[in-house]
Amino acid sequence: MARAALPGRLTWRAATLTEARQETPSARTLMLDVPDWPGHLPGQHVDVRLTAPDGYRAQRSYSIASAWAEGGNVELTIQRLDDGEVSPYLTDVLEVGDQIELRGPVGGWFVWRETQPRPVLLLGGGSGVVPLMAMVRARGLAKARQPFRLIYSVRTPWDVLYRDELPRHVRDNPGFDLYLNYTRKAPEGSPNAPKRIDVATINTHGWPPDFEPDCYVCGPTTFVETAADILVALGHDPKRIRTERFGGTS
Amino acid sequence: MSKLDGNAMAGDLGEIFAFDVTAARYTCAGCGQAEAIGALMLWGQEMGRVARCPHCDDVVLRLVQANDRVFLDLRGAVRLELPLAGS
Repeated sequence: MARAALPGRLTWRAATLTEARQETPSARTLMLDVPDWPGHLPGQHVDVRLTAPDGYRAQRSYSIASAWAEGGNVELTIQRLDDGEVSPYLTDVLEVGDQIELRGPVGGWFVWRETQPRPVLLLGGGSGVVPLMAMVRARGLAKARQPFRLIYSVRTPWDVLYRDELPRHVRDNPGFDLYLNYTRKAPEGSPNAPKRIDVATINTHGWPPDFEPDCYVCGPTTFVETAADILVALGHDPKRIRTERFGGTS
Repeated sequence: MSKLDGNAMAGDLGEIFAFDVTAARYTCAGCGQAEAIGALMLWGQEMGRVARCPHCDDVVLRLVQANDRVFLDLRGAVRLELPLAGS
């Protein structure tokens, strides 16, 4: 049963899967065609709703991975949670040509705008890198000059999303740095043993608080709280730290 | 149940309001701090959500969805400050 809607307000629309790409064994990027898409800002998300034949519905929020520049796709990268209600359908079942219900883009808080003059520090845990990737892509598209640093914490080298694309941004977009932190297994020959993100990681690879960077932290709730606490302890202004928790555990 | 950010209410609030409420600033009725709605601490799911002030833990906002109506309780915010377009 469709829920009633207030006239003139955000509502659900049908999105069609036009292309899909496997990012890792458990993560898939969906390219969606959404008629009359108004465009979006990097960091915004959409809500996805699935309805079972018996009418049972489940709704989840997913960050948009793509940047928007007068056109383009709505791209979502979905990490499969094995006990999830929605993500296994999106990663394993949904086929090109199928439709899902989508509402958005939404969220004007966890966004980066080209007009922000400050350096940017991005901290992503697991699939928390997705909205940060939209920011990196938007910066690249706009040829923006604000210095960007991304600290991306993942379990193993096989879990890295956008594994081929991230090094290209480092190469092609001056002022963008990437640090990959591995929590369970580091690549062969890595000088750093696997560990969770800590004060030393952020102190070494982030911006000093004196630079007053805009900080964006996204990932599982425990990751976000740890990283945000460290930023504050290092002297970053809490007002410059924006967080997006995915909930659950990593 | 795990905690989310006020950001996660953007879709539900977008069905009600013509502006992005998550980018608005509330002033907490409990502690007087002003903060973005997107920075609230959020519990619950789409059927019912409770959002608390990150500074004092007081409930700022409650949102409950029924089939044909939505209930929004904002008693924990003494005011909302809304950015205007172009600002």
